[in-house]
Amino acid sequence: MTARVERSSGVTGKGGWAVRISVLLIVVLWTIPSLGLLVSSLRPASEATSTGWWTAFFSPFSTQWTLDNYANVLGRGGMFDAFINSLIVTIPATVIPITLAAFAAYAFAWIKFRGRAFLFAVVVGLLVVPLQMSLVPLLRIYQSTEMTGTFLGIWLAHTGFGLPLAIYLLYNYISQLPKDIFESAYIDGATPFTAFTRLVLPLSFPALASFAIFQFLWVWNDLLVALVFLGTTSDVSVLTVQLASLAGTRGEAVHLLTAAGFVSMIVPVIVFLALQRFFVRGLLAGSVKG
Amino acid sequence: MSEAVKLPTPVENGRKWAALRDVAIGAGVIFVIWLGLRILRDPEAFAGMGPLAGKLLQALLAIVLGIGGIWALFIVVNALVEDLPARVAVILRPWVFVLPALAVVGVYLVYPAIRTIIQSFTEVPEGGGVLSNYTDAFADPAVQIALRNNVIWLLVAPTAAVVIGLAFAALADRVKYESLAKTFVFVPLAISMVGASVIWGFVYAWRVPGQPQVGIINAVIQYFGGEPLAFLQEIPINTFAMIVIMIWLQVGFAMVILSAAIKGVPVELTEAARIDGASELQNFFKILIPSIRGSIITVFTTIAIAVLKVFDIVFVLTGGNLETEVIALRMFDAMFRFRNFGQATAMAVILFVAVIPIMVVNVRNLRKQGIGA
Repeated sequence: MTARVERSSGVTGKGGWAVRISVLLIVVLWTIPSLGLLVSSLRPASEATSTGWWTAFFSPFSTQWTLDNYANVLGRGGMFDAFINSLIVTIPATVIPITLAAFAAYAFAWIKFRGRAFLFAVVVGLLVVPLQMSLVPLLRIYQSTEMTGTFLGIWLAHTGFGLPLAIYLLYNYISQLPKDIFESAYIDGATPFTAFTRLVLPLSFPALASFAIFQFLWVWNDLLVALVFLGTTSDVSVLTVQLASLAGTRGEAVHLLTAAGFVSMIVPVIVFLALQRFFVRGLLAGSVKG
Repeated sequence: MSEAVKLPTPVENGRKWAALRDVAIGAGVIFVIWLGLRILRDPEAFAGMGPLAGKLLQALLAIVLGIGGIWALFIVVNALVEDLPARVAVILRPWVFVLPALAVVGVYLVYPAIRTIIQSFTEVPEGGGVLSNYTDAFADPAVQIALRNNVIWLLVAPTAAVVIGLAFAALADRVKYESLAKTFVFVPLAISMVGASVIWGFVYAWRVPGQPQVGIINAVIQYFGGEPLAFLQEIPINTFAMIVIMIWLQVGFAMVILSAAIKGVPVELTEAARIDGASELQNFFKILIPSIRGSIITVFTTIAIAVLKVFDIVFVLTGGNLETEVIALRMFDAMFRFRNFGQATAMAVILFVAVIPIMVVNVRNLRKQGIGA
């Protein structure tokens, strides 16, 4: 750690007080909005609507801290169901595209077949296409096949929209694996499928993990795809959709909105902080999601 | 493309029965998945076991079905191919691996994108010409506002995110608690745009002047004797207030990429300049920035594409009212409010056309850095 800081400091030089204060200033500016929401969510509704959250911060002992907002929002606010729905949507919508993409990237990288280069170019080219281009025709297909409002429908939608980036990132990684390992595996009698599950998957773990975090955050935080294909009925609607509709009823639900906001953020923030390393890797490998 | 490894030729084994068995198992797997999905769609299926247990069981079934289903299918189909005669297996094998992905991409991206382009010209209002979706769009004042706003977003958000991200990366590089400081700026990247809108809705909160302000910005303004401002209602401040949210979300991304780039600049380069008498600022602008130009372009174009498609923030905070309309929201409204699908497809095509040049710059830049495919 120290070594890295010393090495890196060489590039731009050591900072004095001015530098330290500027860094602190940006950190504070970037933190205040979320901090405000957190503090507000822990105050009673009457106080939160009459005085600023910072007043509680300056007199922490005379403030009545409460978890009522959370109890309300999870109990009657429908946020608990939405939370579970978000999990139901996000976990398969992360694993399915990774699985499909890893198989495809492996074949594109290591198995010869007709049209390989062309098909790969098409898939990568699809990175340019915004998902908006798919919405109208897909919605029509979904409506005529009664796929709207189903979990299968949204898993596949997120899979389709995530696949080009997934294949691109995983191909970049898998194609760099050493050739010898495949040759010796085949000599030992492995089929391409066993070579894939026993060699490619474990060796590609860093790339799989970094795409997994991308996709997880993307799906969990998505509003548009969920609104279009899953809708707003409470038995299937996800957190972002519930939160957005709660925000639309500003006024009577302000105190619920703060707690609901935090409920929707807690999972992605934890995943993100725990797996930051892989996420940064993925970012640096070039993120160009359509 | 990398060199393909020569595959082993499976021995001719005449396992006809094995192949049939695989087909039977495959049919069974498909039936089980179908059954599971039916149960998942049935609102009554979990009603009997109480709200909590029912919901959790539903989640478990969904996750097992989704993940287990895809793997079971791969395993069965692969087994089937391996049990076919060798010469057929060799031909089919690669398709077992790529076809599922290609099929999904075909159904979810290729076909709809082509359809959207065609529909934008064919699905026109009564008596309209081929281009009438587009001419109607450009004649519509709301769409004009949306286009103008998208340009404003595009000019302000990526530039601001890059400048702040770069400044912060360079500054944080010189303090002791660098990684901790960076984490604070980085975290908003994990927050949804809906969540960010809720957060900033409180930051921008406005009360009648003289009353205690609950929004922190207006509290500061009022404290110093200024007039509180309704940030989300006042035109044109409302659009900029929402752009600030995007910047708040994206600076972390800019910072991570640019920070890594800065650390990749050889120390000797800046050291030599310093010895030659270059000031810190000269060093920054004349050496550091040109050395990380590629990364700056990557960040700028990536954020620019995200900004062009911005939807959630405007949807949540103003619904596109008060002259805050953007194209992606306009498209959504065309679909669900006006039921004008022709218009919606035209909006999608406009977005697509706007994204292409930025993407070209992005890909060309990645290629130059040797990251491209």
